[in-house]
Amino acid sequence: MSEPANIGWEQRKRKLLPYGYLSPTLLLLAALTVIPIGTVFLYSLVDNVIVNPNPPVFVGLDNYEEVLTNRKFRGALSNTMYFSIVSVVVHFIIGLSFALLLNSRLLSANVKAIFRVIYILPWVFTASIIAILWRLLLNPHGVVNFVLLELGIIPELNEWLSDRKLALNAVTFINIWSGYPFYMVSFLAGLQGIPDDLYESGRVDGGNAWQLFRHITLPQLRPIIISLALLDFIWTIHQFTLIWMTTGGGPLRSTEVLSTYTYKAAFSSHEYSIASTIAMVILAICTFVAIFYVRSQRMADE
Amino acid sequence: MIGSRRQILVRKILIWIALILGACFAGLPVLWMVSSSFKSNLEIFAYPPALIDYSFSFDAYKAVLSDPGQLRFFFNSYLVAIMVTICTVVTSILAGYSFSRYDFRFKKFLNLIIIGVQSVPPITLMIPYFGLIVWLGIYNSYTALVLTYMVFTLSYAIIMMTGYFNTLPRDLDEAVMIDGGGSFVTLWRILVPISLPGIVAVGVYTFMLAWNEFLFALTLTRTNDMRTVPIGIHLLMGQHSFEWNQMLALSVLGSLPVLILFLLFQRYFIAGMSAGSVKG
Repeated sequence: MSEPANIGWEQRKRKLLPYGYLSPTLLLLAALTVIPIGTVFLYSLVDNVIVNPNPPVFVGLDNYEEVLTNRKFRGALSNTMYFSIVSVVVHFIIGLSFALLLNSRLLSANVKAIFRVIYILPWVFTASIIAILWRLLLNPHGVVNFVLLELGIIPELNEWLSDRKLALNAVTFINIWSGYPFYMVSFLAGLQGIPDDLYESGRVDGGNAWQLFRHITLPQLRPIIISLALLDFIWTIHQFTLIWMTTGGGPLRSTEVLSTYTYKAAFSSHEYSIASTIAMVILAICTFVAIFYVRSQRMADE
Repeated sequence: MIGSRRQILVRKILIWIALILGACFAGLPVLWMVSSSFKSNLEIFAYPPALIDYSFSFDAYKAVLSDPGQLRFFFNSYLVAIMVTICTVVTSILAGYSFSRYDFRFKKFLNLIIIGVQSVPPITLMIPYFGLIVWLGIYNSYTALVLTYMVFTLSYAIIMMTGYFNTLPRDLDEAVMIDGGGSFVTLWRILVPISLPGIVAVGVYTFMLAWNEFLFALTLTRTNDMRTVPIGIHLLMGQHSFEWNQMLALSVLGSLPVLILFLLFQRYFIAGMSAGSVKG
C-alpha cells in the first residue's frame, strides 16, 4: 500500500469519526422525531387521514383556519397560557425562596441537608401519583376542606377539582407544588457559585440584605433564571398527565389545555387532521420559546 | 456590622418559622398519602380526619404485593427503566465525547437540533408515532417503550454528558493518543472512569424519567402484561369502586425506587443537573 493513500484514509477516518460516535443518536432522532414531525405536518394539510374510508384530500391551510377560529381551541389556548405562566412565576418565587432559606448561614449543614430532602420530595413523584395524591387531599370530604373549614377560611366544602370556577386554579396549584424543586435545586447550585467576596464588598459599601439580593444575587442568577423559566414554560405547555388524571380537562372544558384537547381530538373524536393541526400549533409555540432557550444556552456556553 | 446577638436570634427564629412552613407545604401532602395508605378504604375520608386511626394495617400493601398483575407492572417498569438507562447512558457517552472532543462540519447544527429536541411536545409526536410503531411491528412491546423513552431522555443526557466531558482537561486524552491508544480506547479507558459522577447523574435522571412516563406507556401498550406502574395506577382509578388505600399503597411502592435512587445519588445528581441544564 502506498504511503499517501494510507494518510488519506487516516484523515478521512478522523473526519468521519465524530459522526460515527453520533450515529446512534442521529439514527434514533431521525426515525423517531424528524419523521413523525414531518408526518404530523403532512396530516395537518390534508383531510380524511388514518381511519377514514375516503381518500385523503389536500386542503392546504384550511385545517389551521378551522382550528384557530374555533372557540374550544381558543379556550384551551387561554387555559394553557394561564396554567403555564402562573406556574412558571410561582415556581420561580417558591424555588428561589426555598433556595435562599437553605443557603442561610444561620443554619447548620445537617439542618440544611434534612430540609433539602423534604423540600425536594414533591419532585420524586410521577405525575400520575401526584394526581392521586391531590385527588385524595382535595376531595370534597378530604383533609384540605376539613382544615380550611375549621380555620374559617372557606364557608362551605369546596369541590376543588369539579367546580368550574376553581378547577383551573386547583390544577395550577398542583403543578406548582410538583414543579418548584427543579428551580430550587438549580438555584442552590447557582447560589453556591456566587463568590463570597462579591457580598463582602457589597457589605463594605453599606448595602443591606435587600440591596445585596437585588444587586448581587439576582444579577448573578440571571442566566440560570432565564434558561430555567424558558425550559419550565415549555414543559408546562406539554403537561398532559397531571391534568388528564385530575380533571381530564373538565368540568365543562374549564381545565382543557392544548395537550388534552389534542388527545381528545385524536383518540376520542378520531379527527386526526384537526388533532395534527393543533399538535403543530403547540409545536410552533414551543419552538418559538425554544429559540430563546437555545440562545440563552449559547450565551452561557460562550 | 452583622448586628447584635438579639437581631441574630430574631432572624434565626424567622428563618425557622419559614423553614417549617415550607416543610409543611412540601411534606404534609406526602405524609398524608403515606398515612392514608395504611387505612382501610372506609376510613380514608373519615370525619374528622386523623393521621393514624384504628384501621391501621398493611392490608393494602399485602393486596398489591400479592396480586400478580400489579407485580407485573413493577417488573415491566424496572425492566423498561433499566434498559432505557443503559441505552441512554451508552449513547450519550458516545455523543457527548463527539461534541466535547471533536470539531466537525455540522457540529453547531447538530448540537442545536439536540437542544431543540427537548422542546418537542410529546403530544405532537403522539399521532404519527402510533402508526409508525405499528408499522415497525413493535406495538405493545418493550422495544417500543425503550426506543420512545430514549427520544425524551437522550437530548438532556447528551447535554449533561458533553458538559461533563468539557470540564475534563484535553491533555488527559491527548497523552493516551500519543501513546498509541485509539480514540475509542481513550474514551473507554480514560474518560469514562473519571466521569463516573456525570454518568451516574445521567443514569439517575434517565431512570427517573423512564420510570415516571405516562402518555406513551398508555398509548403504545395494549395488554396489561406490558404496562408499567403509572398505567397500573391509572387502571385502578378507572375501576368502579375506588380502592383508595390500594391506589395509595401502589403509589408509595411505585415512588420508592426513585426516592431511594435520589437519596443515594443526590449529590451527583444535583451537580450533574446543574452542570447540564444551566451553566451559570
